[in-house]
Amino acid sequence: MAEISVVLPSVLQPLAGGQSLLTAPADGTVTVGWLLDAVTGDYPVLARRLRDETGALRRYVNIYVNGDEVRRLRGLETEVAAGQEVLIIQSVAGG
Amino acid sequence: MGFMATPETYLLAIGTKKGLWLATSRDRQQWSFSGPHFLMSEIPSIGIDTRDGRTRIMVGVRSEHWGPTVAHSDDLGATWTEPEQGAIKFPEGTEAAVERIWQIHPDADSRPGVVWAGAEPISVWKSTDGGEHFELNRGLWDHPHRSEWGAGYGGAAAHSIVVNPSGDNVHVAMSTGGVYRSLDGGTSWEPRNRGISAYFMPDPNPEFGQCVHKIAADAAVEGRLYAQNHHGVYRSDDNGESWQSIAEGLPADFGFVMLTHPRRAGTAWVVPLKADGERIPPEGKLAVHRTDDAGGTWKRLDAGLPQSEYNAVLRDAASVDSAEPAGVYFGTRGGAVYASADEGETFAEVASHLPDVLCVRAAVVADGRVAAPVSA
Repeated sequence: MAEISVVLPSVLQPLAGGQSLLTAPADGTVTVGWLLDAVTGDYPVLARRLRDETGALRRYVNIYVNGDEVRRLRGLETEVAAGQEVLIIQSVAGG
Repeated sequence: MGFMATPETYLLAIGTKKGLWLATSRDRQQWSFSGPHFLMSEIPSIGIDTRDGRTRIMVGVRSEHWGPTVAHSDDLGATWTEPEQGAIKFPEGTEAAVERIWQIHPDADSRPGVVWAGAEPISVWKSTDGGEHFELNRGLWDHPHRSEWGAGYGGAAAHSIVVNPSGDNVHVAMSTGGVYRSLDGGTSWEPRNRGISAYFMPDPNPEFGQCVHKIAADAAVEGRLYAQNHHGVYRSDDNGESWQSIAEGLPADFGFVMLTHPRRAGTAWVVPLKADGERIPPEGKLAVHRTDDAGGTWKRLDAGLPQSEYNAVLRDAASVDSAEPAGVYFGTRGGAVYASADEGETFAEVASHLPDVLCVRAAVVADGRVAAPVSA
């Protein structure tokens, strides 16, 4: 089965057992929301860093699919296919 | 290098905009610091639980990027634990998400394991396992007034939780909303703001809607409470049924802090600020004021404090310890922290140039080691 990979920023890697790349098996396309559920299933603390308890993406967490931030696409409903690159990057915020 | 605690060890926890600092002392004069813990996360709430023969430090942590959480340490900050599923999160169906944990309050010695929390959005939570998992208080969350509660400048939160010795009688203060009281341990709630002004509302004496900044219970007189309001300092002698002004004798009635003595009736401390529109110490001179007669008179305490100070002291950036005489501690938004080992008669600066101080808690601890001290 094909896989989709999610690249984590270094600051979150300790919450995924030190991994920089998490993968989920996927045939065809899946949504970003499904993908996050799949790759964070074993890492509940990581899951909470990305989304609040309503499931909403935290304000300063950006997810890019093939270079486009998902809020400019269809948010967590954005579709992603095997072979595409999904990046999680914290936005520039704070002072 | 470790530091062996003794029964005379004092613990001071300083939550700031960019992390947590911990300090220990044997004499409340010389302090050894560790930190920053949780660098780049704000620490708006700290609870030090010394019940059950151990010292547990609980902290509300909030990252601008990664959200809020609660962590705890049973070894004075050497290691921290965050419950995998999260200690505080809104249950399904509420459509709400925790924004910030404003208060972590260990209950009485007679109820070990019980810890209360106040959060933003306005909500109260209770843990029975030492702060590892909290349940939402549905009585307050489902209160018909909730849609009318508002947000103060810092956000809409339940920030004060006062539980009486029996545990049945719980007072909560929220900004904005005012004081709410439960007589059944938190099942049902009624507003109790009679006498507290809300000058910023069309009706300045509403049933609820006040911006009460902090409440505290008298140490020894059952049913006596003190409140620092958004303009106004008050006392209630009837369990919150009515409130009377005790602001006379203070240089200003604005401020955020309200502290009460750990044992002695009638003693409370405030840190006045000039006004809502001028949130600085009056005349730019920082001073704590203490009453020993339940607000009848106030004594200005500024020995050891800077001559000039233009930073505010936030509602939870102040604490007392349980020693005799009681220690008084507070920090400013300018990152200075002051400690008094004599109930405020004299202060000494114990830290300076930290990030904005959001929360200060102090306790006498009898166990454990502190992580390797570093200079703060």
